[in-house]
Amino acid sequence: MSNELKEAVIELREDDALRITDELLSSGADPLTIVASCKEAMDVIGQRFASGEAFIPELIMAGEIMKGITAKVKPHLAAQAADEKLGTVVLCTVQGDIHDIGKDIVASMLDIAGFDVVDLGVDVPVTTVVDRVREVQPDVVGLSGLLTVAFDSMKATVDAIGGAGLREGRKIMIGGAPVNEDVCAFAGADGWAKDAVGAVELAKTWVGGA
Amino acid sequence: MFTDDWDKLTADQRFAARMDAWQNTPIEFASPDVAGAFRERVQLWRDAIELKKPARVPITPWIGLFPLRYSGFTGHDAYYDYAKLGQAWDKFHADFRPDGLAMTIAMVPGKVFDILDYKLYDWPGHGVPNDASYQYNEREWMKDDEYDLLIADPSNYWQRFYVPRMFGALEPWQTLAPFTDLCEAPFTAPFFVPFALPPVKQMLQKMMDAGDAAMEWLQAFIAIDGKQMATLGIPQMAGSSTKAPYDILGDTMRGTRGLMLDKFRRPEKVKAAMERLVPLAIDWALRSADATRNPVVFIPIHKGADGFMSDDDYRTLYWPTFKAVLLGLIEQGLVPMVFAEGAYNERLEAIADPDIPKGRMIWMFDDTDMARAKQIVGARQAIGGNVPGSLLTMGTPERVDAYVKDLLEKTAGNGGFFLGTGIVLDEADPACFKAFCDAGRTYGAAV
Repeated sequence: MSNELKEAVIELREDDALRITDELLSSGADPLTIVASCKEAMDVIGQRFASGEAFIPELIMAGEIMKGITAKVKPHLAAQAADEKLGTVVLCTVQGDIHDIGKDIVASMLDIAGFDVVDLGVDVPVTTVVDRVREVQPDVVGLSGLLTVAFDSMKATVDAIGGAGLREGRKIMIGGAPVNEDVCAFAGADGWAKDAVGAVELAKTWVGGA
Repeated sequence: MFTDDWDKLTADQRFAARMDAWQNTPIEFASPDVAGAFRERVQLWRDAIELKKPARVPITPWIGLFPLRYSGFTGHDAYYDYAKLGQAWDKFHADFRPDGLAMTIAMVPGKVFDILDYKLYDWPGHGVPNDASYQYNEREWMKDDEYDLLIADPSNYWQRFYVPRMFGALEPWQTLAPFTDLCEAPFTAPFFVPFALPPVKQMLQKMMDAGDAAMEWLQAFIAIDGKQMATLGIPQMAGSSTKAPYDILGDTMRGTRGLMLDKFRRPEKVKAAMERLVPLAIDWALRSADATRNPVVFIPIHKGADGFMSDDDYRTLYWPTFKAVLLGLIEQGLVPMVFAEGAYNERLEAIADPDIPKGRMIWMFDDTDMARAKQIVGARQAIGGNVPGSLLTMGTPERVDAYVKDLLEKTAGNGGFFLGTGIVLDEADPACFKAFCDAGRTYGAAV
């Protein structure tokens, strides 16, 4: 654990965080302690987001810093066993909608929280979602959309997953700015979240990790 | 302009002159009754803007592709077939009679985009399905190391860097020199040399073709809106539009993500660029407003919503240059009609800025607590909006009626309110949309 690194990440001092990472690695520090420091820092940022002290730019900047640190640490981690994952999430923006920012933040927050994330991208046809769910057998399916046309696509996707007999043992969540209780009921999803932290909490509840 | 002594007028006198000009727009109305209806509708707007109690709450929903779907047409029809667009507009306005026209300008010409090989957006038949609306391709169209170029000379940056990326057909513009080279005889010929190159000539031909297609669109647009105004007496929702400087950068230049990172990595450059964009944003609206005689300036705002930044960042980063744009427009007698998409609950105190003259703009909200908005912002400016798209799409007429009744009771009692939607409606259940308009007419006159 490096408190100095943890503080730098929490305070979003990108240059400092990367410099400290370099110093730790060259001084022979265990790369897993670097990862642990970052995870603790991300937890703090996530809590700040949930309590309204941090916002989307802070999440994105933190994700960017994490990406930089991971790139440096990864070569040193090759031989180490991968962490145990909380579960698997298949995620996409539904057909007819190409908005990716919300989905991307959810993907990176889920990843940091310990989920295996399979991101199918944007404007994803119903059949592709069904095929990948069948193949990946995720615990959770996340469907994102910003436009009102996405409501119909969400419903079609949820229906198709059910029609293919793939709902058993997994949950479907939806999200995006206009999504609410009404949209959730319309689409027939198991739940919805207002933001990325809400989505992570929901997924954790479902896999029994919260 | 509207008077001979425009330069000597105060902002309030300019506001009155523009409002008078709007109310007396030279239109050949179908009958004196229709002419009267037009003037009465503009009076509803005028009273609500000035925080007076209008005869009835103006019904001003944001309308996207809903009229097309209502007539059995698609987004592709809207952007390519002006006859179908006109039919859809006729039916929609005749059936629902709102107090502002659906925004024809948002029905963008697909043919112009095709000719120019427009990259910023996908549109029906070109990356998104035929029944969808156009959608933005989120990307860093301006690179992170280009702020100094933008700040030094925005026009040069636009012409030689941003626009050639925006349109495939305009890529050769990169090879042209800036127009500011042209100031003395010996510099003249070198400036024109690139115009001899075949790619530049092809580019100019495509620009002329796009011009023809754009002219065809404009003529259709004028005919369609002109018919609604002349036969139904419904004014256009706005005569011009502009954007907040932060959104100009964040929406289609640096992108949402790019600009969020710039806030940490190069905050001073972001501020300098926004300041540079203020006069451009004012001029953009002013030129259209003078031509259309409609003083309302449509300003959709995006990247300062709740969650997109802290309150402190909103006050120090987003608001100062946006406020400068608003003040510049109001100084010219124009009426900014801001559409705050998303939630704006955390921003209400900041935007109720006492420096903005009272009763001179409209704040249309989306997912915002309207009782608080009325209390905080409504004390200084007209407010409106908020009826959710999901309710109009998936609700029932009874629920819509109850929602509008409650909303108007909370907000419209002493005037200064516009009944509107929280989103631009691409789809809606016609029965729910009818309930929305009917409730506006019933409760909007009674409160």
